[in-house]
Amino acid sequence: MYRELHSKEVFTIEKKKNCELKEGIKAGLPIVVGYIPIAMSFGILAKTVGLSMIDSFLFSAIVFAGASQFMALNLLVAGVGAGEIILTTLLVNFRHFLMSASLATKITKDMKKWIPLIAFGVTDESFSVASFKEGNLTKQFIIALQLLSYSAWVLGTVLGYGVGELLPPDITGSMGIALYAMFIAILLPEAKKSKKVLVLAILSGVFNTVFGYVHFLPKGWTMILAIVLSAGIGTYFDNRKEVQVCE
Amino acid sequence: MNKHILILILGMMLVTYIPRLLPFLLVVKNKIPKKMNDFLSYIPYTALGALIIPGVFSATPQMTEASLVGISFAIIYGWYRGGIIIPVFGSVLVTYLMFLLL
Repeated sequence: MYRELHSKEVFTIEKKKNCELKEGIKAGLPIVVGYIPIAMSFGILAKTVGLSMIDSFLFSAIVFAGASQFMALNLLVAGVGAGEIILTTLLVNFRHFLMSASLATKITKDMKKWIPLIAFGVTDESFSVASFKEGNLTKQFIIALQLLSYSAWVLGTVLGYGVGELLPPDITGSMGIALYAMFIAILLPEAKKSKKVLVLAILSGVFNTVFGYVHFLPKGWTMILAIVLSAGIGTYFDNRKEVQVCE
Repeated sequence: MNKHILILILGMMLVTYIPRLLPFLLVVKNKIPKKMNDFLSYIPYTALGALIIPGVFSATPQMTEASLVGISFAIIYGWYRGGIIIPVFGSVLVTYLMFLLL
């Protein structure tokens, strides 16, 4: 009887793991649709710039950060040195620091071992999806999600380099909307639940627009300041409410 | 040239990976104060806001009207019905159809 119970339990755990894995793959599909055309255009651009296939592959496989990869190619063509490109990359990608910090609060014990891998897979997209996952975050979910995104990014790059314009521009152009549609679809249910969340998100977008327009910060830091400032405002108004309750 | 590129890629990898990894090591090791935790819990929302605005208005430069209709589909469907897959794939399809029509 003990054995029977035991195997039943194992079976349920396995089933749950599989379910989380499936959920992770499902959640990653919109990212795949969004990444493929961008990665392909990176591959095409890398070829145009004169990079080898291996180098283009390594860019996507080792750096795995969209905007900064395009920026690096542009700066390379402009004759900018490696040191400066690396510094700009640090600035452009530093927003992931905030995202990792936020995601880290959701890490459970059994995920600890996988931190180096999970950290590598933090992108705007995987962070957004993982943060709003229903129920607890699991390692099966996040790793499946990240691995799928990563594969799409690397595969797209190689495909773009090797085959070029595989898809007609109307289709790749339409696919360019996918990631924005995903961000919006993630945010809306939360915004519906809480007006405060909606206001903070819009505030962050307005800050991002205004700071970008005024142009007083280096690229990348506009977004960081917008995120930090509006999250700070959210935290501040949290506390005021608590103080009022105490009084 | 090739060696130069490899150094560049490795350098970019380091400055990208370290900021992605460091917070995990810090947060998991140390207990973070409640206020900090509250602040971090707002990051997903405000990050989404900044990721959407203003980028969404220039998502597809060659066909702005079509992409606006596509995004509208995602907003309307997402608001009333929710979900991710249908708003995303639907908006891509709508954008494509609008592009064919316009």
